[in-house]
Amino acid sequence: MAEVQTAQDSKAGGRQALYLDGYSRMLLIRLFETAMHRLFLAGEIHGTTHLTAGQEAVAVGVCMALRPGDYAAGTYRGHGHALAKGTPPEPLAAEMLGRSSGVCGGRAGSMNVIDLEHGLVGCYGIVGGSIAAALGAALSAKRSNRVAVAFFGDGAVNQAYFHECLNMAAVFSLPAVFVCENNFYGEFTPMAAVTAGADIAARARAYDMPACVVDGNDLWAVHAAAEQAVQRARSGIGPTLLECQTYRHYGHSKSDPATYRPREEVERWLARDPLKLARARLLDEGVEEAKLSAVEEETRTLLDHAIENAQAAPYPDPAQDAPTEFSP
Amino acid sequence: MSELEFRTAIREALAEEIERDPAVVFFGEDVAAPGGVFAVTPGLRERFGPERVFDTPISELALIGAAYGAAVTGLRPVVEIMFGDFMGLVMDGLVNQAAKFWYLSNEQGSVPLVVRSAVGGGGRFGAIHSQTHGTWYQGVPGLKIAFPSSPAEAKGLLKAAIRDPNPVLFLEHKRLYSVKGPEPDQEVLPLGRANVARSGSDLTIASIGKGVPDALAAAETLAGDGISAEVVDLRTLRPLDLDTVLESVSRTNRLLAVEEGPRTGGWATGLLGAVAELALHDLDDAWILATAETPIPYSPTLEDAYIPDTDAILASVRSRAGVGVS
Repeated sequence: MAEVQTAQDSKAGGRQALYLDGYSRMLLIRLFETAMHRLFLAGEIHGTTHLTAGQEAVAVGVCMALRPGDYAAGTYRGHGHALAKGTPPEPLAAEMLGRSSGVCGGRAGSMNVIDLEHGLVGCYGIVGGSIAAALGAALSAKRSNRVAVAFFGDGAVNQAYFHECLNMAAVFSLPAVFVCENNFYGEFTPMAAVTAGADIAARARAYDMPACVVDGNDLWAVHAAAEQAVQRARSGIGPTLLECQTYRHYGHSKSDPATYRPREEVERWLARDPLKLARARLLDEGVEEAKLSAVEEETRTLLDHAIENAQAAPYPDPAQDAPTEFSP
Repeated sequence: MSELEFRTAIREALAEEIERDPAVVFFGEDVAAPGGVFAVTPGLRERFGPERVFDTPISELALIGAAYGAAVTGLRPVVEIMFGDFMGLVMDGLVNQAAKFWYLSNEQGSVPLVVRSAVGGGGRFGAIHSQTHGTWYQGVPGLKIAFPSSPAEAKGLLKAAIRDPNPVLFLEHKRLYSVKGPEPDQEVLPLGRANVARSGSDLTIASIGKGVPDALAAAETLAGDGISAEVVDLRTLRPLDLDTVLESVSRTNRLLAVEEGPRTGGWATGLLGAVAELALHDLDDAWILATAETPIPYSPTLEDAYIPDTDAILASVRSRAGVGVS
């Protein structure tokens, strides 16, 4: 009995460490996005950027269920997808800043990050592109016992990509997990106003694909749902659709103050900030305040150094950059 | 001497590459069990199994997206998009994703995929099953576009396309599928190198795909008129082998580009522009034979008049040279 008890304790301890790590990764994404916001306003980040603050639990909860060799495809709101999949913050920040030390050498920018070393096959500036990329990665993954995940927003479920790819993934029982980050707005338009049925998870039934609605602000709920879906995929049973309901704290992009969202709605969601929820639950489960503060401080320091180093890095020199059109 | 049919050449190239490299997979609509609507790929599924050769839903976006996603994660997919006309559906996957990956990723990885399609008029398929999409894609850095003119070329270029680490569009003219020709003397033909298909001294006729056999037939007749026409087979639209064209024009001083497609935005205008830019001093004359600026008509009389075939090339050269004009 004593031995069993110990094993359970150790397992519970392992889970606690896992979620503490997940919390720190969520915090890293939040701090990263806060820094991006500041740097954008300071004119150091160019063009546009789409911040994922508020949606951190989805990317982190899903990626916690993956192995390092698994594949993920993200969206143009993709900083969180990259950080959750393992891209370090410094090369990611350098990419946003257009520096040569960027994860793509400054060639890609905010919307198009690719990090093959960490299994991020790409982030897609076209709504729904990630779904097709993950479908293809799942064809490869099937051969190597890997899993491919597509992250996409509620807007993407009205693209042909969604229907074509979910159908094909189901027909071929591919090891894919389709993760819809339903933040209830496709750009500036409420999801329900442009989505027939307004029930995203229900669409999977037509493809004979299991689906569930998940509280996307609850790290534990996302992780539990993702673990099941990844398990189904890896064991060869087939794909799953997860509709993770969440909310973005900023507007759609940097040009959008998001005045179209009712104030009460925003406040309701802010009260369910995924970071606050995760912190409270960790405290509730016995993680000491001091431990949490230490992890938070460590994450802050990590991010601060990453941003400082990224800012100190040189811009690519057009005279030195000699791109080839084709891979040799 | 044994002869090779164009469709068999394609099938042999596919079979040999699937056999040679376990990463090669081939999929598309009706390509596996039915063997393809132009009977190009029967037997491949039986030989290599459904993991390597399979039929897909009629979902062109998903097909190309799947090919792209598979290619960046280690497979070498060959996809059939049945008719070139359907290539309008898949522009996002090819233009925004596959073509840009090598550059945008800062050369982390490449996208070894091939998209085969049947193209071209003359089959009475009407406006939306007869187009040639090469020029729709020619302005996209990162894509290669191959368009063979003979069975031997089809085999050698397709094998090169499958081995190439970049995305390659492979165009197959429908009127060539049943053409027979000599077996290839080279296993792989490099992408981006044109071929002087016939030597001549008075005029260079540049074309690609079915335009090449048409130009060769016209050159044969023109020889009887006392006009010595050289025929340059471009083989690929991107990369475009300008050097071979420039070298030819430096000897013939006259250039005719024959394109089955509208002049505006076509490859022929780009070719003439480049030759004018780089070798104006070599040129005595340069002109284009292309189609009307309309969709491709259905009725046989209208379609025949629309397409620049051997007779149209002959008439164009004779008129330009003043032969038979009193």
